[in-house]
Amino acid sequence: MQVRMAEIPRRKKKKQWNLFFLALPLILVVFMFSYVPLLGWSLSLVEYRPGLVLKDCEFVGLKYFRLLLTNMNTARVMKNTLIFSLLGFCCLPLPMLLAILLNEINSTRFRKTAQVITTLPHFISWVIVYSIFFSIFSTEGMLNQLLLSMGMKRQSILTDRHAVYWFQTVVSQWKGVGWGAIIYIAAIAGIDQELYEAARVDGAGRFRCALSITLPSLMPTFVVMMLLNVSNFVNTGMDQYYIFKNNIIYNNIEVLDLFVYRLGLQQGDYSYAIAAGIFKSAISIALLFIANMTAKRVRGESIV
Amino acid sequence: MAKNKNHIRDSKSRILFSAFNYLFFLLLILFCAYPLWYVFVQSLSGAHVAGKGVLIPNEFTLTNYVQVMELRGIFHAFLVSVARTVIGTAGTVICCMLLGYLFTKEQMPFRKLLYRMVTITMYVSGGLIPTFLVIKAYHLTNTFWVYVLPSLVSAYYIILIKTYVEQLPASVEESAMLDGAGVVTIFLRIILPMSMPIVATIAVYASVAQWNAWFDNHIYTFTRENLTTLQYTLYQYLNEAERIAKQLEEGNVDERLLTLTPQGVRMTVTMVTVLPVIMIYPFLQRFFIKGIMIGAVKG
Repeated sequence: MQVRMAEIPRRKKKKQWNLFFLALPLILVVFMFSYVPLLGWSLSLVEYRPGLVLKDCEFVGLKYFRLLLTNMNTARVMKNTLIFSLLGFCCLPLPMLLAILLNEINSTRFRKTAQVITTLPHFISWVIVYSIFFSIFSTEGMLNQLLLSMGMKRQSILTDRHAVYWFQTVVSQWKGVGWGAIIYIAAIAGIDQELYEAARVDGAGRFRCALSITLPSLMPTFVVMMLLNVSNFVNTGMDQYYIFKNNIIYNNIEVLDLFVYRLGLQQGDYSYAIAAGIFKSAISIALLFIANMTAKRVRGESIV
Repeated sequence: MAKNKNHIRDSKSRILFSAFNYLFFLLLILFCAYPLWYVFVQSLSGAHVAGKGVLIPNEFTLTNYVQVMELRGIFHAFLVSVARTVIGTAGTVICCMLLGYLFTKEQMPFRKLLYRMVTITMYVSGGLIPTFLVIKAYHLTNTFWVYVLPSLVSAYYIILIKTYVEQLPASVEESAMLDGAGVVTIFLRIILPMSMPIVATIAVYASVAQWNAWFDNHIYTFTRENLTTLQYTLYQYLNEAERIAKQLEEGNVDERLLTLTPQGVRMTVTMVTVLPVIMIYPFLQRFFIKGIMIGAVKG
């Protein structure tokens, strides 16, 4: 931006309305799909039935919000959401560790190969991920056939209520850890090489360099990732949990997003579901503000 | 002398560390790649024998692939997936490029307001149910356009494009303007050709997103069989397989279900669905990485 400004002699630029009208259809698309749904929030205050318009619906005030806050399901769903988020939070150092270790690999070819293969799962759809894990971990899957042929007992992890939390964490790490490392790899590439040379002259080995130069240099990136993670604590998304859910583990895998889906699209309780959605948005926006304020205080720069 | 000694000790532990490091990454590669390899092996296996076909195909055969070709609707589903990927990606790239470019023009009235309006959608959205109701109200359910229209303008891509176009040299555009070229001409003839790296980046992101999408199919078009995508077809097979697994566990198997889609066929459909991504990914990896880089710089 600044470069462009410097090159153009500063003169008062005349507004060009043709630019505005060129953008208008696209702005309209944004309005239609991102802003009009916000009007739907008003339906949380009425008894909405499909086919009715807002003014024909009975006004119920905050009934659904009260229901939401007093319902036992909400506590369970919040607990699930927080457990998945916390486990994800604990795994945050993994991509950074991966990047540091990858940096210590001398062979360029091996490094590139490792990078391609570990980042690939990020671009595989959840349906495929489920298909793969189902073929390995289902009761008829590879793992159980191996266990049986070795004379051991069947394990059904996919329907194990107690394994849900850690198993889903493993799955999401499988999908995301390599891709998460990319940003740290780029940050390592940006570290001033003279720092390493100076340290080597002072007798520091590779390990010392990694500990005293690479790791501290990555800290700002890590802090940003941490704050972004916190701001997304309730936004677990639903693809993964929707696709891995089954009747046996449902109570443990149901996250907030899944809860909204069930209330709205399965039970047809639109007003209740919208209230739950608003509840989620409110927490999410509050967390974003907190994270942003922390970022401003810690590094003098906001994250959004 | 002391230094030399130090050097030797250092290199010894270094070798040890290196060995462990390579080993670690070999294991990690295995962890990431083996599940896919297993699916590949299964798709090429004949009979399923316990413990066989884990590393290499058991009774190598292509019958699964032949069977998949003959599955009802699979070719059609493939075409739908291709269509939504091509049309959706082209639409997203053109719309985001144009809007991103326009947002760099200071002469545009309400530029800041509109830009803010677009970027805020990254953080605030109506959520699942209101979006669902709105799309229903627009009569987009059970149409092909529900795959394309909602993702036409993406705030994240717009930010990437705006950042990229802003660092292009302004002089080329200036001289074209002095020659009397209009905005559209400048956009098509100058900005677009100069922005090919970012176009490629957004195209790969958008196309993978389109190819992988299944949830819109699940909630908006599930009653229209001729709009079923490859991903959703696989999802349906999986649901079926899950039912079979459950029946096996309970011991009352419906024989009809058992013959519907054997494991090998399901694995083959998985392979066919994931193959396009695996094939393009290693070659286009740098574009994927570029996307996250520009995004990171921008914060």
